[in-house]
Amino acid sequence: MSWLQLSPEEWTAVRLSLKVATWAMIVSLPIGICVALLLARGKFWGKSLLNGIVHLPLILPPVVTGYLLLITFGRRGPIGAFLADNFGIVFSFRWTGAALACGVMGFPLMVRAIWLSIEAVDRKLEAAAGTLGANRAWVFFTVTLPLIMPGIIAGMILSFAKAMGEFGATITFVSNIPGETQTLPTAIYTFTQVPGGDIGALRLTLVSIVISMTALIASETFSRRLGKRLDLQ
Amino acid sequence: MTVAVDISHRLGAFTLDARFESAGRLTALFGPSGSGKTSLVNLIGGLLKPDRGRIAAEGRVFVDTAQKLFVPAHKRRIGYVFQEPRLFPHMSVRANLLYGRWFTPSAERYEDLDRVVDLLGIRHLLERRPSHLSGGEKQRVAIGRALLTSPRLLLMDEPLASLDDARKAEIMPYLERLRDETKIPIVYVSHSVSEVARLASDVVVLSHGKIVAFGPTGAIMQRLDLLPKESQGEGGTVLDMRVAGHDDEFEMTILRSTAGEIRVPRVDTAPGSAVRVRIRARDVMIATELPRGLSALNVLAGKVASIDTSDGATVEVRIDCNGEMVLSRITRQSMNALGLAVGLPVFAVIKTVAFDQENLSRTGALHDI
Repeated sequence: MSWLQLSPEEWTAVRLSLKVATWAMIVSLPIGICVALLLARGKFWGKSLLNGIVHLPLILPPVVTGYLLLITFGRRGPIGAFLADNFGIVFSFRWTGAALACGVMGFPLMVRAIWLSIEAVDRKLEAAAGTLGANRAWVFFTVTLPLIMPGIIAGMILSFAKAMGEFGATITFVSNIPGETQTLPTAIYTFTQVPGGDIGALRLTLVSIVISMTALIASETFSRRLGKRLDLQ
Repeated sequence: MTVAVDISHRLGAFTLDARFESAGRLTALFGPSGSGKTSLVNLIGGLLKPDRGRIAAEGRVFVDTAQKLFVPAHKRRIGYVFQEPRLFPHMSVRANLLYGRWFTPSAERYEDLDRVVDLLGIRHLLERRPSHLSGGEKQRVAIGRALLTSPRLLLMDEPLASLDDARKAEIMPYLERLRDETKIPIVYVSHSVSEVARLASDVVVLSHGKIVAFGPTGAIMQRLDLLPKESQGEGGTVLDMRVAGHDDEFEMTILRSTAGEIRVPRVDTAPGSAVRVRIRARDVMIATELPRGLSALNVLAGKVASIDTSDGATVEVRIDCNGEMVLSRITRQSMNALGLAVGLPVFAVIKTVAFDQENLSRTGALHDI
């Protein structure tokens, strides 16, 4: 079974992928909740525009999204230059850029899941909490947030899974640098491009399947437990 | 203890114009659906903002558009029991009950969990989830949750409407205890004559957004014209009486008030305690001389105070029994046969079995003296 043994380079790609996907998921979560709240509850001018922008990565070719990220968040892009000069945050050809690309690609999936769960919340419960003395922030944290938790978890898993599989936008934005921006999909792609790389590609494919299945099962278990607590079943 | 409302608020097709000031323990907002009752409690509770007007309770002003004052719902400390229980599904009954407690400054907390739990009989439910409760139990928990915020005023918007008759009967005694044993003034929305007759100290009658009558329950219940057509048969006299004694042999209770003495099926309460009886106008017969050889046990002597002949085949006769009015609905034919006229001495005759449990209820003092 020695062919199952991952090489150090392959381990690096696995670790990097997990790191990128985790960061992409965690950083986009609070933004995702806010945007989902705005879309579900907000009444403002430009709501459909916001809706369109959020969903853009879902309909655009990933290469286009990657290229758009390159020209805005790249070293010479307007936002990229600003962040680099003022905060020292650099995206281009770094793992942070891979995380940004993955986060952006998974964002519409996350927002949709949370949005749906917010729309399912009975607003009468929130009004009741108000009459009991809770202000809007308290109502959100003690009533709304616990009730949309299944949607938040579903959104996180979707975002994580999308990040684990993201290829087009990542390779366009931050290229395929081993140890810095080479994630599982780009590593597998590299293996398929060299003679004798079949075994390596197969190993990483198996790793990919295991990680995805684990994430899926974990989310299912968690949701079921939560559902039982909320008595939604 | 007063609730003072003087508002006008546009609501789609009509304008809600309401002005009343009640010092009663339980003020009922009575009227058909669509008359603006729920909007009125939402305005009092702070879930709606009136176009114009002023709302105050217990000496505190919650809304005064003239002074641009609007206290948001969460700062009013007005308890609100909705038509549906609206319990938080992700919390246990205990957590639901204690939810509002944290928002009340400790110096102003006058209710505690033990007392409320015993008052409403929900101790055995504390560790359960709301989804494992029956409809009646849920509504009792919802009432407890509102009480535990130690509210200045309690609003109840048809709290029994979503329950079947058995569940209604289960909750009724708790509502009576709430009215008699706590110091909180209650505003109670209902379209049921029997609920209002049983619970209310004062009644505000609403129709198309306007207040058409306001007064003590006894006076309002005699105005059959105020009741919706289908429940006019339910209208009649509401008398607050006292238990004079029990008749163990025939399992009856003797009630007394200035109107006289009546016998009703046994009520398990001590002599001297207050009991409210509702006598439907259609259950009252009229005799011009003391009847003999009749099964009906209750005969109240009085004088005809007024006769309303506005309604075709039947007439409404108000009989002044020593200062208390008893309303009777008889046919016009009987009226002519008896030669009834204002001032004529008559006897009001009521069958004892006309008093079923629904028409008898224990009460405390309904107005502060």
